[in-house]
This record gives sequence, structure tokens and C-alpha cells, in this order.
Amino acid sequence: MLELNDVHARYGAIIALRGVSIYISKGELVALLGVNGAGKSTTLGCIAGVLRPWQGGITFEGASILGKSPEQIARLGISLVPEGRDIFPSLNVEENLRLGAFTRSEKSEYRRNLGEVYDLFPVLKERLQQPGGTLSGGEQQQLAIARALMSSPRLLMLDEPSLGLAPALVDQIFELIARLHQRGVTILLVEQNVDRSLEIVDRAYLMNTGLIESHGSAQQLRAHTDIEGIYMGMQGQTKK
Amino acid sequence: MINLEFIINTLSLGSLYAMLALGLVIVYGILRLVNFAYGELVMVGGYTMYLATFYTPLPWLGVAVLAVLAAMLTSLFTELVAFRPVREKSLTAMLITSFAVSTLLQNGALLIISPRARAVTLPQIFQTSVMIAGTSVPWRNILIILTCILTLTVLTLLLRRTVLGIALRAAADNFTMTRMLGVPANTVISTAFAISGIMAGIVSIFWIGRSASVTPTIGAAPLLVAFVATVIGGMRSLTGAVVGGFVYAIIISLLGVILPPGLVEFREAFMFAIVIIILVFRPEGLIRSKSSEERVG
Repeated sequence: MLELNDVHARYGAIIALRGVSIYISKGELVALLGVNGAGKSTTLGCIAGVLRPWQGGITFEGASILGKSPEQIARLGISLVPEGRDIFPSLNVEENLRLGAFTRSEKSEYRRNLGEVYDLFPVLKERLQQPGGTLSGGEQQQLAIARALMSSPRLLMLDEPSLGLAPALVDQIFELIARLHQRGVTILLVEQNVDRSLEIVDRAYLMNTGLIESHGSAQQLRAHTDIEGIYMGMQGQTKK
Repeated sequence: MINLEFIINTLSLGSLYAMLALGLVIVYGILRLVNFAYGELVMVGGYTMYLATFYTPLPWLGVAVLAVLAAMLTSLFTELVAFRPVREKSLTAMLITSFAVSTLLQNGALLIISPRARAVTLPQIFQTSVMIAGTSVPWRNILIILTCILTLTVLTLLLRRTVLGIALRAAADNFTMTRMLGVPANTVISTAFAISGIMAGIVSIFWIGRSASVTPTIGAAPLLVAFVATVIGGMRSLTGAVVGGFVYAIIISLLGVILPPGLVEFREAFMFAIVIIILVFRPEGLIRSKSSEERVG
């Protein structure tokens, strides 16, 4: 479905990606794991069209999406929930959701998606008229994911969805991701919470300093990679 | 003296300034660009009225609609040919472009029409007054207030009820995220420039209505008013622009009443001193945008 081939990217003089190659098949839940600065968010930025790689190729369903604008990529069905949520604080919950469905023109699909989103996030239904900026962190995260789901994405990319959330909310977010996966949504998950991620993913890539260090199923990664070593010093995030 | 006449005149001035400020802030909100060619849109509206009344048999209302359309189309055209090509480069490039567009439009008017003021024929209603509670109030001022109410209502409905309007507000919060939801950048920016042009066009009708003439440099004063009003109200908020416009009008009108006759001619200096004091206490302007607020939770 999505394939990155030898992608290099940089911010000015700083090289962020040094030849990243990954693939995701339809219906898969794949994680990109790694410490801060490993290049995980940069990889998502390249896929979403926010950052243009200076070398390498990105194809989605067989066609190159390199050089396409963020809006063109969104229209192809790729939806990113960025780190920090980036909900629109001055728009109310309903308007945030309505804008999430910008690429969908059919009213019946909008209503169906809205119904599904309300099922998944009942709290949002209670806060429809509340400005996004006044929601709590957990509610904002739910809104950000809900907004992405409103576009019926073919590929959902989640960047650190558990960041900054209370432990109980982290559980909820991971349960939700697993549930979306069961429903058949293709998901690329970026996380620092390795243990929780490996519990739910089909496969995972381990990134370090702009490179893919290893790749495989959760069992393979646990068996063959020194994950703890890579994450040493990251309190609360390492494998216990 | 503060009486009914003073209140209506101040409200009318505030309405005019609020509409001016809105036109500037709607583009700033999305591109972070202070469009220095904004005043020239008022000039384009003015010259359109001059040309239309002189060379066409259109009734005045038709002339006014034509002025708004001309300002809107000029705004859209400048976005397309001048701002769009440099948009991805840098904010400085856009800022310099806006100065260039401003100079080009001014010189265009100088060359094509005349450096001298041109008289604009105004309808009778602009010269007549009405008695309200024993006070003579110019119809022009009432028209400005009514136009402002109508414009703000239509703009509010557009921004709250239509998907494009919601996208415009979202783009002011976070433009990249708005694009990542599939909203085309060009559509949002063009719409913002169109609204900006419409605002300048509407203002031009009444701005020129005060002096009944138009010159190539007429845009400088409205640009300054719009800029100061948005700085007072808050550059990032549409509500702030409206508040800023009214605060500006109230302060300048009050200064006209309070200051001794010898100092009234310096009221602009007093005005800017007050603006500086406001900014010392509220550097973000009176209305803070929600997107600049931080919330922990």
C-alpha cells in the first residue's frame, strides 16, 4: 500500500533521514519506534507532504506521491494525526470534525462517519459546541483521531498519540488503536512507548539517528534486538 | 461634548475602521502578512467610482457595487500574480512584494489617471441629514453603521456556517494542519484576499464619501488606520479587529472633545501614545487569539 524507498531528508543543514525504506500492506498496523530525534516524525512528515525528501521515493498504492502537496496527499486518503494533536483551538468540536471530512463530499458518508466517531468517543458528542482549545489533553487527542477518521482514511498515521497523557488515558488510546486495526484500518503508528506498541502491532521498525536499525514482528524484535539498550536512560519508556 | 450626535458619529467611525481592520486581519491571520497594498484597494474602489460615474450611465448603487467588485478583483489579481509566486519563499519576500504592489498600483493611478484629485459624484443621501431626538445626524453615518452590521452578519454566517468559512478560521489557527485535512491552500488564500478586497471596496465608498474626491495616495490613511486598529485589537483575531476599530474610533473621537483647541491638531500623536500604553499592558492586543493560548490538561 505504502512504500518508502531509500528516503533522505534534512532540515537545512541537519540531516534527519539517511535512507529510510519501509512498507505497509493494506490492513496492517505497523509501528515506527525509536528515541527522540530518531527521525520518526520526519518520516511521517515526508509521507504527508509537509517535508520534501531530497532523495528517495515514496509510493502509495503503486503511484509516486513525491512532490505532491499536503492537500493532494490528504485527498488520496492518507491522514496524519500529528504529535501535539494540532486540533483547531478556536473551532468547536463539531467544526473540527466537519473539517476532518473536508475531502468527503457525500452527506450519507459524513453522517455514517460521525455516528462511528460518536460511538468511539462518546465524550465528544457531549462537547460538540465547546471550542477545541478548552478540551483536556485526552479529549484533544480523541478529537484529533476522530477528526482524522472523519475522512475515512485509507492510511491513518498516528504520531505519538499517547504523549503527555495520564496512564489510564494511554491504555484507552492503545485499546482504541487496536480496535481501529481490527476494523481494518491501515495504521502507521509512531511511538516511544515500545512495550505497549509491540503488544498491538503486526510489525515494527526500530529507528535510530535517521536509519532503520531493525525490522520484524514484535516477537522477532523482542528476541533479536536490544530494545532496552536503545532506550536506555528513557525513564518510564523502557522495557521493564 | 458627548451627546447623541457624538455617539452616532463615533459608532459610524468605528464601523468604518472595524471593516477596514477586518480586511487586513483576514489575510494576516492566514499568511502572517501585513498587506501594505491594502490601502491601494481603497484607492481602486475610489477610482472605479470616479470612472463609473463619469463614463457610464449606471445608477449610484450600481457604481458602488462596481467599486466593491473592482477592489475584490484587484485583491485577487495581486494575490495571483504577486503574492502566490513568492509565498513559499519567505515572509520578508511577501512583505517586500506588498510594498511593490502598493507602489505599482499608486503609480498606475498616477500614470493612467492623474496625480491630481478627481472629484467623485456622490448621491444626494451623502449630503443630507436626518433629525433623531432633536439632533441632526448625517445619513452617511447611519448608512455606515447599517452597512457594518450587514457586513459583519454576512461575514459571521460565512465563517461559521460554510465549510470554506470554517476552513478559513482553521487556517488562521494552523495552516499546515488545515492543508493536511485536504483543504487546498490556494482556495483558502484566494478567499481571504477576496474578502479583504470586498472590505476595502465597501470602505472606499464611505471613505471617498467624506472627501468626495480620490487621489493616487488616498490609500495611505486607511492602511494606517487598519494597521493600528488591528494592533490594538490583536492581529490574530477577527473579533480583535472589530474591537480595535471601535476602540480606535472612540479614543480619537474622545481626544477631539477632551483636548484643548490648541492641541486638537496633535490628536494623532496623543492617539499613538495611548496605543503604545495599551501595548505595554497588552502586547498581544486587547483580544488574544485562542491559538496563542496554552492549555495544560
